[in-house]
Amino acid sequence: MSAPAVTEKKEKISVPFDYNKYLRPNKLPHIWCPGCGHGIVLKAMLRAIHNAGLDQDKVCVVSGIGCSSRTPGYVDFNTLHTLHGRALSFATGIKFAKPDMKVIVVTGDGDALAIGGNHFIHTCRRNIDLTVLVFTNATYGMTGGQYSPTTPIGSQATTSRYGSIEPPFDACEMAKAAGATFVARGTAYHTLELEKTILEAINHKGTSVVDIIDACPTYFGRMNKYKSATHMMEVIEKDGTVNVKQADKLPPEKVQGKALRGVLHKVERPEYCEQYESLIMEKAKGK
Amino acid sequence: MSERYEIRFSGSGGQGMILAGIIMAEAAAIYGDKNAVQSQSYGPESRGGASKAEVIISGSPIDYPKATAIDCMLAMTQEACTKYHYDVKEGGILLIDSEEVKNVPQGKFKLLSYPIIGTAREELGKTIVANIISLGMITELTGIVPHEAIEKAVLSRVPAAFLDLNKKALEIGFDRASKLK
Amino acid sequence: MSEKKKKLLQGNEACVEGAIYAGCKFYAGYPITPSTEIAEGMSVRLPKVGGKFIQMEDEIAGMAATIGGSLAGFKSLTATSGPGFSLKQEALGYACLAEIPCVIVNVMRGGPSTGYPTGPSQSDIMQAKWGTHGDHPAISVTPAYVQEILTETVRAFNLSEKYRTPVVVLYDEIVGHMREPITIPAPGELEVIDRAKPDCKPEEYFPYDDRYLIAPLAPFGSGYRFHVTGLNHKQDGFPTNDSKVIRENNERIMRKIEDNKEDIWKNEEIFLDDAEIAVFAIGSTARSARFAVEKMRAEGIKAGLLRPLTIWPFPDKAVRELSKRVKAIIVPEMNLGQMVLEVERCSKGAEVLGIHRVDGEPINPGQIIEAIKKFK
Repeated sequence: MSAPAVTEKKEKISVPFDYNKYLRPNKLPHIWCPGCGHGIVLKAMLRAIHNAGLDQDKVCVVSGIGCSSRTPGYVDFNTLHTLHGRALSFATGIKFAKPDMKVIVVTGDGDALAIGGNHFIHTCRRNIDLTVLVFTNATYGMTGGQYSPTTPIGSQATTSRYGSIEPPFDACEMAKAAGATFVARGTAYHTLELEKTILEAINHKGTSVVDIIDACPTYFGRMNKYKSATHMMEVIEKDGTVNVKQADKLPPEKVQGKALRGVLHKVERPEYCEQYESLIMEKAKGK
Repeated sequence: MSERYEIRFSGSGGQGMILAGIIMAEAAAIYGDKNAVQSQSYGPESRGGASKAEVIISGSPIDYPKATAIDCMLAMTQEACTKYHYDVKEGGILLIDSEEVKNVPQGKFKLLSYPIIGTAREELGKTIVANIISLGMITELTGIVPHEAIEKAVLSRVPAAFLDLNKKALEIGFDRASKLK
Repeated sequence: MSEKKKKLLQGNEACVEGAIYAGCKFYAGYPITPSTEIAEGMSVRLPKVGGKFIQMEDEIAGMAATIGGSLAGFKSLTATSGPGFSLKQEALGYACLAEIPCVIVNVMRGGPSTGYPTGPSQSDIMQAKWGTHGDHPAISVTPAYVQEILTETVRAFNLSEKYRTPVVVLYDEIVGHMREPITIPAPGELEVIDRAKPDCKPEEYFPYDDRYLIAPLAPFGSGYRFHVTGLNHKQDGFPTNDSKVIRENNERIMRKIEDNKEDIWKNEEIFLDDAEIAVFAIGSTARSARFAVEKMRAEGIKAGLLRPLTIWPFPDKAVRELSKRVKAIIVPEMNLGQMVLEVERCSKGAEVLGIHRVDGEPINPGQIIEAIKKFK
């Protein structure tokens, strides 16, 4: 193989993505541990935002509290780091007040499904146009590795030394049941697929939820005897999931116990801000 | 401080006592040339239970918004009558619904008794306007606001379809009270 | 000139009128007695003026969305009572530290816990100052008349916008639910203040620019891309562990109120010039007190009333000066002793006597008269 041919092939594959356009380089390095999946998800999110052709001034990234919720500090948009569990409520205020903004919520599984569970349910019910990225690592990393609402039964955590006895939530099933009109799952491992899924979520009108499985090697990994970050990614993200499109073609035993990736639910339903403007504000004018 | 005139409407939640208080206050302060403050108290339930609305009417600004010595009190239920009649002042008026209040309180007030709810049911076919009959009666009995003012206040608060019904209720109130005096 | 039309309005309805007058365009809240009429009124009025109303899933979400609405550039309001005020405290602290203007109405009802939802109380006075954790600035206004609820709601928005901080409108259930004839002021009649917005280039903008005591606040989506956090932050809005910066910022958000107390304070003084016995009261209790004081004057007793319309920052100067001139300061309040502690703190010389009541009944003029006569 000759050198020029390789160069040519590389150029065809991709033009190097200019992450710095969307990052705040002087706010880096980030706080995430080596092997943490959050950085991979962040990059997929930035590529998706770029591909959606959004104006940086009109994008707002809102988060709660936790490791993943540090994301807004690193990205160059209108950014808001709020209270534990309340990202969706702050985001609802911004979006409803200024519907021309694209509001993306970055939240962890504890933030979104435990302390913020009620807001998660009602955001989905309203179908307000928010893109919700749930970083699901089955751990409260910021506080040192306690069990979370997605920790599998039997898992070790600093607050479940004898193994967790609580059944985990399925964020996608909950989002769907509560009325979200776009529900998908991705993993940090399947990074290109994740980028496409996030792009589709951004382009969807209404509440879109993407449950993103990524690993916390520092706490969940160590306490549950994973050999390394890559080992965790392989076991949990690669082997522990299957794309929903392939799942139909596989024998049941190959799908059993695996989380489905890809777009799991997509329907059209009137969006909250548009309903308010077209129904309530119009009716109020006449009175 | 000029004289305060204090009226208390009492009954059970849902009988329109608070609305009666609002209408009386509007008759005095919006359709009349006096000052008025209307306040109320009620339990956690919006229906049932004893409730009261108070209206203070005065020629000067009103500070303390609650009744101190009641000039005229209406009691539409036994519970309200028993609970709230103590503040009626000597020589004041206590108007009770004669069919509802069987255990009549004793005191140095002028006790007047009339089947207000029964009249609303039998003569107008609607118990819901008993509060408007009582407004007519209190206006006639106290003379604290002119007939025209209370009529304007009532008619501005009721739906167009029920203007006649309420006007009739008010007139029944004026009439019966004039015979009670 | 025709006289302006009077309307008989409830205190909570007057609050809605005040908010609309002040230019409020966003409301997020949750129903709770005895403040619900404010939400009901805003849900009708806001869409008519191009504003937005949303009923959130809980009190916390109501406060958080209110802050979101304000960050998007709109004057924002929420209203609550009792347990709801407790639930809002964490986000209220966020607005203090992140310096997001907003107005919170707390119609005080009996507590603690679910308490007495339809009964009046003044037992959230300390909570309005100290409810959220951490040292933080607090402004709280205390209207006592229905007309005043309108004007004080406007003033609350003005103070909030001017000082970039949440402002609590604090009144009891009696004032919230009573009806009095009021007039709606004409546009321009009352001062309306809007927050300062930046005019620098976006790349030069700092949301907490340390050249200012109170930096201009750009709305999200206006081309100024910046970061807001509830963590201690630098002037650029990003988190910091620098103890010097943390100290300076914490001190500054207190100082912006402390240094402007003269502008924020507002008192009504009745018969205080020659008073020998003073009453210090807010809300419906101040109305009882005024009644009592007038009655005392009619009997030749030199009683007077100091009625603060700003309870936080506490009117320490007015109380201190008053305490040098009078024998006693009587503090009637529908709680078991809150304001009285502040009056004791500020009082130099005068005896301080609290009158307290927590049975859901107002403190009546008779109770205050009895106390005044003790010092005759």
